[in-house]
Amino acid sequence: MRARITAIASNTFREAVRDRVLYNLIAFALLLSGAAVLVGQISIDIEKLVVINLGLTAVSLFGIVIAIFIGIGLVSKEIDKRTLYTVLSRPVRRWEFIVGKFFGLTGTLVVNTFFMAIGVFGALLYVEHKLVRPDALILVALYFIILQFVLVCSLALLFSSFSSPLLSAVFTFALFVIGSFAEDLRNFASLTHGITQWVAVGLAYLVPNFSAFNIISSVAHAQSVAGALVVHNTAYALLYSAAVLSGAVLVFEYRNLK
Amino acid sequence: MNPMAAIEILGLEKTYQVGFWRKRPKCALKPLHLQVEAGEIFGFLGPNGAGKTTTLKLLMGLVFPTSGSARILGQPWDDPAIKAKIGFLPEQPYFYDYLTAHELLAYYGRLSGMTHKNIADRVDSTLELVGLPDVEGVQLRKFSKGMLQRAGIAQAILHDPQLIFLDEPMSGLDPVGRREVRDLIVRLKQQGKTVFFSTHILADAEALCDRVAVVHQGELRGIGAVADLTAKVQGKVEIVWQGTSVPPAIKALGNDCHVTGETARATITESQQDAAIDALRREHLRLVSITPVRGSLEDYFVERLQHAGTSAGAKS
Amino acid sequence: MNSRRSTTLTAAAILVAALCASMLLLRGIDRARPTATLDDVLFISSPKALKRASLGYDGLLADLYWTRAVQYFGREHHADATEYKLLAPLLEITTYLDPKLLVAYEYGGNFLAPPPPGGAGEPERAVRLLEFGIQQNPDEWRLYMNLGHIYFIELKDYAKAEAVFERGSHVPNAHPSLGVMAALMAQHTGNLDTARALWTATYQTATDKNIRDNAFEHLIALRVDQDVTRLQDAVAAFQQRTGKLPGTMLELAAAEGWPGLPADPDHVPYVIKSDGKVQVQSPDHFPFITLGVPPGYKPPPPRFLHHSDQ
Repeated sequence: MRARITAIASNTFREAVRDRVLYNLIAFALLLSGAAVLVGQISIDIEKLVVINLGLTAVSLFGIVIAIFIGIGLVSKEIDKRTLYTVLSRPVRRWEFIVGKFFGLTGTLVVNTFFMAIGVFGALLYVEHKLVRPDALILVALYFIILQFVLVCSLALLFSSFSSPLLSAVFTFALFVIGSFAEDLRNFASLTHGITQWVAVGLAYLVPNFSAFNIISSVAHAQSVAGALVVHNTAYALLYSAAVLSGAVLVFEYRNLK
Repeated sequence: MNPMAAIEILGLEKTYQVGFWRKRPKCALKPLHLQVEAGEIFGFLGPNGAGKTTTLKLLMGLVFPTSGSARILGQPWDDPAIKAKIGFLPEQPYFYDYLTAHELLAYYGRLSGMTHKNIADRVDSTLELVGLPDVEGVQLRKFSKGMLQRAGIAQAILHDPQLIFLDEPMSGLDPVGRREVRDLIVRLKQQGKTVFFSTHILADAEALCDRVAVVHQGELRGIGAVADLTAKVQGKVEIVWQGTSVPPAIKALGNDCHVTGETARATITESQQDAAIDALRREHLRLVSITPVRGSLEDYFVERLQHAGTSAGAKS
Repeated sequence: MNSRRSTTLTAAAILVAALCASMLLLRGIDRARPTATLDDVLFISSPKALKRASLGYDGLLADLYWTRAVQYFGREHHADATEYKLLAPLLEITTYLDPKLLVAYEYGGNFLAPPPPGGAGEPERAVRLLEFGIQQNPDEWRLYMNLGHIYFIELKDYAKAEAVFERGSHVPNAHPSLGVMAALMAQHTGNLDTARALWTATYQTATDKNIRDNAFEHLIALRVDQDVTRLQDAVAAFQQRTGKLPGTMLELAAAEGWPGLPADPDHVPYVIKSDGKVQVQSPDHFPFITLGVPPGYKPPPPRFLHHSDQ
């Protein structure tokens, strides 16, 4: 079982790399270095702030875009191109296929983020000429960003298992946007009454909660992160994506392939 | 349950619900009953859209039957463990075009449970067997259609399966390629393997298969050993005479006649033999030969297609 | 091959020509367009909506808006503007997106409250901005100082100013000047000395160059105001003694026994007009002075870098 999942995961990774997804790092590097050079000329005091804000925002956005773009095709492409036939004619369980794809995609994003992290610290060194202890918080922010990726990947994979790439992209992105408002949604839900409240509350808790993972602004101001938050976020990301993946497995298990 | 059967199809049926509200049922395969013996080459024939591919997809577990079941190598068809012992070549296969043939086979080998060493031993020999000896480092996106077909066959036999399913294995191949694949299939049989292949090219089936089944519009129309089936079709004879014209009497028999150089020939049924000889004698044309023409599978095929057939039981 | 070459040449020529033409056209469009309205420039003027739209990336958006605020003020300043309508919204958006961006509050304190042309002339909005800042960052003593400054200088509400300085002085690690200011204000409200102490504190603690230069200009203006007051007193005393006004500064200086002619910070002597009023010779050099200017004088927009201490 492990050998099959590993094979599928590494093949997914290989596909992403050969699809030249890692070229996005070049765009990222250009963006960050350009900004680092420019920002010093515009507003002197907040160089470090801008580098961290811009760097981490770019890591997050680039990664989510990649997660969606690749994720939506993970299953649907294999069905369309019928490469799935020869895979499933082997002793591969359908769920192993889904799980393998998931690990392949998140693995790609982790590697991508790793290189981007080097870029961010490099830019930071350029503007500050040294690194201080609070900069380690950037690593925590990056970890949370990776947790976000895990969530987005699982969602994209879920939609890919039954929907066309275009719809998958729309749904996944929509869930990301709604999930960013999840906190507001919960507040709003507590103000409603009756049936509306049940529906609103249910929705607010069901939707993937992305807002808690974005600590970019506080890390930019060198505010420390509660250890409890790290633990809770990790658990939430793992549990929620496990739920979504199970959904993907269920959908895929019963799907008639064309 | 037949212990000698490599494949037992027990009433597999597939009806799709099409239309937006899923109201219009479309029957792709009526309940099919079929058995394939171990060690034989079995041809699954039918025109396009007959249900051949649907049957294969059902057996591979790619689609789920509306009713019925099957056994493959004695086990339920949806048991993942037996998949290690079967190979499958889908119709017009398309592979991960960013991989090389070696990488593709290594990937599939891992999925089939082969060890790294096993894969290393077999990949090169398999590629050579299918006629792809020099493709190291070449990505599949650069392969021609014929090369892709060979790669497909390679992945179907890489893990040394006992039973091999081929859907249109000759498609995209040039005559040399087809010959090679035919030889390969024969070789597989010699190794004691069972080959189940579907095709609409009857010449291949006729040359290779021990038994064939004919399907049309989702139902089984006929099944049996090739030799027996062709014998059932009414015999024909070919009559050859010297001359450059075809006597109207012979033409009137409604057969295909042609003239090549100074010889003319016509294909007529056995019963029309005497009438034809009389016609030639009247015209003072010299008879060269009368040869029986063996019924072709094509005749059987066409005849079966016209019959709304029955799928009762497997016969040999 | 020939048709291919001609196609290549034609296409390349059109590419270059059309691109240049469109770029030139763009300049014409910019000139032809009426200056954008408030809403045009801000796109989304509601801070809350913007924060929602930022999908959690509000830190970066705040930095962008801050940059826009700085550029806006700098550009309008150089264009001799008499009002800065966008400054308040831009700063409000910036701080709503990133409540911890302290420099934005300081900027607001220094450039939102003062009247044009030195500022946007919206002291109430500046107060609200700083109150918000204090609420979000209760331990930042600088904000209390900025707020107290506004109450004292612009709104002339000395009681409130003293209360703010008092509050701020209790913040951990507060700059000592806060306590000093609170005390000063309790003693002498409306005094030039107090004002000077305030501007000195601002000058010493400011992190933003513009703010520092602004404080410097104010200190110079205070000095001029003090000089003019002193000189005017001397003129009055002279008049009392002699029964007439001094004709020139030279006369007054000789009567008082001063070593030389009293001069302004540019080392240009003050003059006495025929009606006995003391004036600086070039009031345009001192953006913030209130005394020593000719009647009906309109100050020009301040030039920050005129008296820069760099």
